[in-house]
Amino acid sequence: MRWYWIDRFIEFESGKLARAVKNVSLAEEHLHDHFPGFPVMPGSLMIEGMAQTGGILLGEHFKFAYNVILAKVPKVTFHSWACPGDQIVYTARLMDAREEGGSATVEATVGDRAVASAEIVFAHLKSDDPQFSRIDQKNFVFRMNLLDILTVGKAGDGRQPGSNGPDSGQGE
Amino acid sequence: MPSSDEIFEKVQETLVDALGVNDDEVTPTATLMGDLGAESIDFLDIVFRLEKCFDIKIPRGELFPENLASADSGFVVAGKVTPEGLEELRRRMPHADIDSFADDPTVSRIWDLFTVGMICRFIEARVK
Repeated sequence: MRWYWIDRFIEFESGKLARAVKNVSLAEEHLHDHFPGFPVMPGSLMIEGMAQTGGILLGEHFKFAYNVILAKVPKVTFHSWACPGDQIVYTARLMDAREEGGSATVEATVGDRAVASAEIVFAHLKSDDPQFSRIDQKNFVFRMNLLDILTVGKAGDGRQPGSNGPDSGQGE
Repeated sequence: MPSSDEIFEKVQETLVDALGVNDDEVTPTATLMGDLGAESIDFLDIVFRLEKCFDIKIPRGELFPENLASADSGFVVAGKVTPEGLEELRRRMPHADIDSFADDPTVSRIWDLFTVGMICRFIEARVK
């Protein structure tokens, strides 16, 4: 399984805001254990999705010069469940961005319903940092392969595949 | 310009939010790591919050210097910070209580320089 907890970006405003969606599917195996007979998206994986949305927003701001690491979640609140069939929208706003790291606030919603909100702090790590090899790779918000998500979502203008536009292949 | 009490109250609030501690634990002499359980990554979070709270910019390494007395700094001999090292600390951390540390400059005690009072003194110097 690939460690992707967002499916697509639907809006991307460099240095300010990113919006990504996560479609919750009953095909996801962990939902069968979480919980038996009552499948709901685990909060920890929603945090991961929020961190990927905010972390890529921060990474892009510095042209991906740094490895962005989820360092700390000072605050997270869960307001309601996300169930199979729900489409979670993660809206990340970049609050701080500097050489050492950054922070973002992220809201998770399903339609008009609030699901979760979080503050997330990220740290930057350069690949030649002596501590690099000591960090568990799972703490990396993204490695370069996760950037595929940006191309899928046509990041930059938020166009979705199939919509009218010069890249959709369906336009005039 | 905020008074010393106002600065302390805002610093206290900042640390309560950043570290999840109770406000009565955040006393001027409390050490960030020893008493309040801060880890290195919390320092970045604290800097972000202080910048917003006081509307100031805190350049990297000014409030919480990095690589203090590391093994290759040349400022540590037999587990103690040397007199030259103490001078370096005074230069880089004018907001810290180096005099008390100098009585027993065991290198592991260096983290005890990071106190709530140290942050307050740093902020006071900035907002004046």
